[in-house]
Amino acid sequence: MMEAIQLRVNGEVRSVDVEGRTLLVELLRDKLGLTGTHVGCDTSQCGACVVHVDGDSVKSCTMLARQANGRAVTTIEGLAGDSGELHPLQAMFREHHGLQCGFCTPGMIMSGVDLIHKSFGELSERDVRHGLEGNICRCTGYHNIVKAILAAAAMMAGDREISAKSADA
Amino acid sequence: MYDFEFLSPHSVAEAVAMLRDHEESKLLAGGQTFIPVLKQRLSRPSHVIDLSGAGLAGISVLSDRVVIGAMTTHATVAAHAVIGERIPGISRLASWIGDRQVRHRGTIGGSLANNDPTACYPSAVLALNATIKTDRRTINADDFFDGLFTTALEPDEVIEAVEFPIPEKSNYAKFRHPASRYAMVGVFVAKTGSGVRVAVTGASSNGVFRHRAMELALSRDWSADAVAEIETPSDDLNDDHHGSAAYRAHLVNVMTRRAVAGAL
Repeated sequence: MMEAIQLRVNGEVRSVDVEGRTLLVELLRDKLGLTGTHVGCDTSQCGACVVHVDGDSVKSCTMLARQANGRAVTTIEGLAGDSGELHPLQAMFREHHGLQCGFCTPGMIMSGVDLIHKSFGELSERDVRHGLEGNICRCTGYHNIVKAILAAAAMMAGDREISAKSADA
Repeated sequence: MYDFEFLSPHSVAEAVAMLRDHEESKLLAGGQTFIPVLKQRLSRPSHVIDLSGAGLAGISVLSDRVVIGAMTTHATVAAHAVIGERIPGISRLASWIGDRQVRHRGTIGGSLANNDPTACYPSAVLALNATIKTDRRTINADDFFDGLFTTALEPDEVIEAVEFPIPEKSNYAKFRHPASRYAMVGVFVAKTGSGVRVAVTGASSNGVFRHRAMELALSRDWSADAVAEIETPSDDLNDDHHGSAAYRAHLVNVMTRRAVAGAL
């Protein structure tokens, strides 16, 4: 049975009719046209569908759209700035060649951003490798993905220090 | 998956009433097992009752126990500083469930109600002698687990919280299946004023069980050496392409020793 839900997607409030069985990823891709979020395995193994719900990374193939009612969802499309400048992690994926075929990349980046946000400036290589357990890449061997996340974490920590200093001044 | 009606109760009482009104209904907690089950059409509920609005998430710490609400996620438990200090075994257990994204959604209540024979939480509940608080009663850990995917819960009963007594020492050691991350064998050890309890998950097709021989040896001498020679009968242990029963029996011993050696 169709029912309306309301949620914030990449900052914009959206009202959508969904069935009980509609998955969050189906809502994003099929109803809202946000096809940056990928469906890889559809069995919560691969992580290609990772998005943020209220700031936490989740697998959108294993969450019902109705469970996102009233919540804030961020997808890969919501990371870049308004004028199109890449998020630091997107920039570092390009810089460090963190992708080959690109299929896992949206999920990798959404998981990476969640890891960086919750690491409070201290993120080791081990943390990153461990933190990416729920994301599978079949091309890169992960090495450059890990490098990109560590580089972005360092950049974002630097940004935080600079803004903290200017706030002090 | 088949379609169903999605219901959003605002209290436990409302959820119980919905369960009674709709015979073919099912509760939804974090959904990290249940949604895959729905996709595989292994379950065909007419109504899915989402507990996220029923006020069951949260952790409270009392002088002698920690109470974890049924809808509290594994990520919240793993990040809770006081649980890390007072019951470190639970922190470790929660931090090793599934992956980061699963831990952001999966809940303690969902894990216990499902009673998957390879789930982690049942071992903590059994070893710590926790009590399960439902909408109508409290159930002791020893009476709660009833074999493969079966518990003492009534069809219309809802878990509200789990109450863990604070032990002197606790730890969890898990040998993870490398792909699924479920426990091939997981052993939770707890030492309290009233003795030692050891619970094993993943190994038996009947689900979690207490290991009396290990408990006896550890209550005499709390050390990894004390259990080095204790064998686990392999008759009821899982025997499949992931590992033979004898292999799992050996793992029970290794995981118990690791758990005791690292217990805090």
